[in-house]
Amino acid sequence: MGFPPEFKVVVDKEKCIMCRRCTIECPYGVHVWDEKKKTIIRKEENCVACQRCVFTCPTKAIQIEVRPPAYSPHPVWTEKVRRDIRLQAETGSVLLVAMGNEEPYRRYFDHLVIDACQVTNPSIDPLREPIELRTYLGAKPDYLELEESYSDIKLKTELTPNLKLETPIMFAHMSYGSISLEAQKSLAMAAKEMGTYMGSGEGGLHKDLYPYADHIIVQVASGRFAVHEEYLKVGAAIEIKIGQGAKPGIGGHLPGKKVTEEISQTRMIPVGSDAISPAPHHDIYSIEDLSRLIYALKEATRYKKPVFVKIAAVHNVASIAVGIIRAGADGVVLDGFTAGTGAAPQVIRDHLGIPIEVAIAAVDQRLREERIRNRGSIIASGGIRSSADVAKAIALGADAVYIGTAALIALGCTVCKQCHRGKCAWGIATQDPKLRKRLKPEEGARRAANLLRAWSFELKEILGALGLNSIESLRGNRDRLRGIGLTEVELEVLGVKPAGR
Amino acid sequence: MCGLAGILNRYGKRISGNKIITMANMMEPRYDGRGGGFAAYGIYPQHRDCYALHIYFDNEDAKELTEEFLKEHVLIVKDEEIPTRKIKEIPKRYITWRYFVEVPEKFKNNEHDYMISVVMGINDGIEGAYVISSGKNMGVFKATGMPRDVARLFKVEKYKGYLWLAHGRFPTNTPGWWGGAHPFNILDWSVVHNGEISSYGTNMRYLEMHGYKCRLLTDTEVVAYLFDLLVRRHRLPYELAAVALTPPFWKHIEKMPPEKKKLYTYIRMTYAPAMLNGPFAIIVANSTTMIGLNDRIKLRPLVTAKDDEFTYIASEEAAIREVAPNIEELFAPKAGVPVIAKLEVD
Ligand code: SF4
Ligand code: SF4
Repeated sequence: MGFPPEFKVVVDKEKCIMCRRCTIECPYGVHVWDEKKKTIIRKEENCVACQRCVFTCPTKAIQIEVRPPAYSPHPVWTEKVRRDIRLQAETGSVLLVAMGNEEPYRRYFDHLVIDACQVTNPSIDPLREPIELRTYLGAKPDYLELEESYSDIKLKTELTPNLKLETPIMFAHMSYGSISLEAQKSLAMAAKEMGTYMGSGEGGLHKDLYPYADHIIVQVASGRFAVHEEYLKVGAAIEIKIGQGAKPGIGGHLPGKKVTEEISQTRMIPVGSDAISPAPHHDIYSIEDLSRLIYALKEATRYKKPVFVKIAAVHNVASIAVGIIRAGADGVVLDGFTAGTGAAPQVIRDHLGIPIEVAIAAVDQRLREERIRNRGSIIASGGIRSSADVAKAIALGADAVYIGTAALIALGCTVCKQCHRGKCAWGIATQDPKLRKRLKPEEGARRAANLLRAWSFELKEILGALGLNSIESLRGNRDRLRGIGLTEVELEVLGVKPAGR
Repeated sequence: MCGLAGILNRYGKRISGNKIITMANMMEPRYDGRGGGFAAYGIYPQHRDCYALHIYFDNEDAKELTEEFLKEHVLIVKDEEIPTRKIKEIPKRYITWRYFVEVPEKFKNNEHDYMISVVMGINDGIEGAYVISSGKNMGVFKATGMPRDVARLFKVEKYKGYLWLAHGRFPTNTPGWWGGAHPFNILDWSVVHNGEISSYGTNMRYLEMHGYKCRLLTDTEVVAYLFDLLVRRHRLPYELAAVALTPPFWKHIEKMPPEKKKLYTYIRMTYAPAMLNGPFAIIVANSTTMIGLNDRIKLRPLVTAKDDEFTYIASEEAAIREVAPNIEELFAPKAGVPVIAKLEVD
């Protein structure tokens, strides 16, 4: 049993000049040159709507359209449900997907609005007055101890290492292997230029990234790929990955065919062998074990690097975060259930975990109740689409955010959701040398940096409208948020008032 | 718009309320009559070691409940009505009473926090009872009305104190009830405030983490609690507490000599949630100090001057000129830079 194609490839015969560019550009074998008939035939069933041929066709002759549903409509047995079942009946396997959660859960960001000043409290124009976005990630003391002599004041307290961000937006962990070296390089260069950081992902650090390592947070995940002394020491900070929002509770799997020579060297595994990240860390079965790993990493780096711990946002996220901070972490990364991924089982991606907004609210509130909010930062990740989302995440209580999918879109990704197939037409989620060449790191860096620049400026506009000249006055300031269309319980969980109050 | 005034006799000499009333009256165009008040330090020398609780009650029931509560938790040395005049401008809406109380011996080692919990216990727990001030040898007088009428209502001119604050209100953001007028007080701290604290949500949640309860429907209370936390509990000198509340911009910190840069960076990192943002001018006082402070980009007026005996702070120059013909120099402090005047006797 086949499937009707999802997309229609429409070619304007008058515009098409038969240059055959599309047959080269499409990695999915849609446009195929038929030598006998001397024409291009279109295998529409292969099309994923990545838009590569559309953008690259010199005469703009191609258009991709969604085919109207071919199935008889049914509200319960939707086309997707039927497709999934038929596919599973065919293959007997778990459905693998890429990018973030596709189910239509409530997106709380879209139900929150931000305050602004009128008359009694003048708004501030960011073009005239300084507005500050600088953010420090890491533990802060309860108070500062000073030594007061007659003439001057000396600090007794020494702060533990913090990361200094010039804008509270970082690039999320996406490993070398899941994305190309060119994509990683683009983000690394942009992070350095903009005074922020990128995550290495769990695939180690390619030698070409070492010049940017002071702007890279190196990850230690359950597979422990590439975790060696130098790796830990060159990074700006260390992040232990317990889980990720797109697939809470399960591990990762980089198929052997993607483990090329270069990836094998970086990950320190043989060429062609599957890179398996187990579901749990096999040395972490409790919070005490986590604490040991945190301090082992701190010892290994002479207490010079902050250590963060990343978890998927799950029901009990607040208590887990408290445990993590008490275990000695300098920050907790919360990855919400809309977070993207290079590959995950669909059932896990779409049904496990909780939204990032409620996770931020619950964790921030609980850390305050425990009086340890200052002892670790909250980094929110997963499904952040705009500067407005950033502002709302910070107002709910986050210190900074990670962006993954948004950063990839800046590099050219069209969210075609084929990352797991390794044929990314835009040179991002692929290791194919021909496809990789499509992404030029300098151009990628320019675009990624521009995105940060644009969002940072928008954040300043929002702060100015709020009459605030520094980001710290927005952090946890839920008083400046209002909910629209939310139930009383949802408002209570988020700690915001309804619009009109 | 609101108007602020403060006056400190640096030698602790007590003066009548007339001077501060005159200062407040000079700024009448800044008020709309929906709130006025005074704080006076040094007015109860005969009970200088007692906490003087000024309390407003809605009715006799609230008063009775409060007295039961007080008897349970503190020793009442003396209590009496806060005397008032009958004036047509401000109909009296509350029973106004003052209690001079001592903390029981067994709580003496943690006296301050104990008294805070007593005050919060009343404000929070007893319907219709509002503790207006709770410091030693000081008191707050405030109501809904013009400062000149509030002064007449409470016979403010009859008290003698060495440090006075005044406030006239043009409320925009919180309802005008007597308790909502300024000065706002908690134990030794009093605050008068013109403007808005736009960072209220951040500050309030930071204070809550340290055990304060912000329940008075006014953003001014966070200023008092922040001073209490930073100066009393964390022992920051006033100058550095001001750095924490209205820090210099990072671009200025970058240019400081290394030691100072580190100190300021650490303060900003540690006290980020304490930063006060929004347009404001405030005068904060305790029994030994008067501090004037503006927001980081000076969106509200504040001027100050000194003569041989007094330090003056006010929203407008006229308020100072009227009572101080011999001032040396009158100036407007820079954005975020505090004016700190200290008592020079003990
Ligand atoms: S390049 Fe992309 S959009 Fe074009 S035909 Fe191929 S899969 Fe479809
Ligand atoms: S990274 Fe590439 S494969 Fe993945 S969604 Fe984006 S364009 Fe498609």
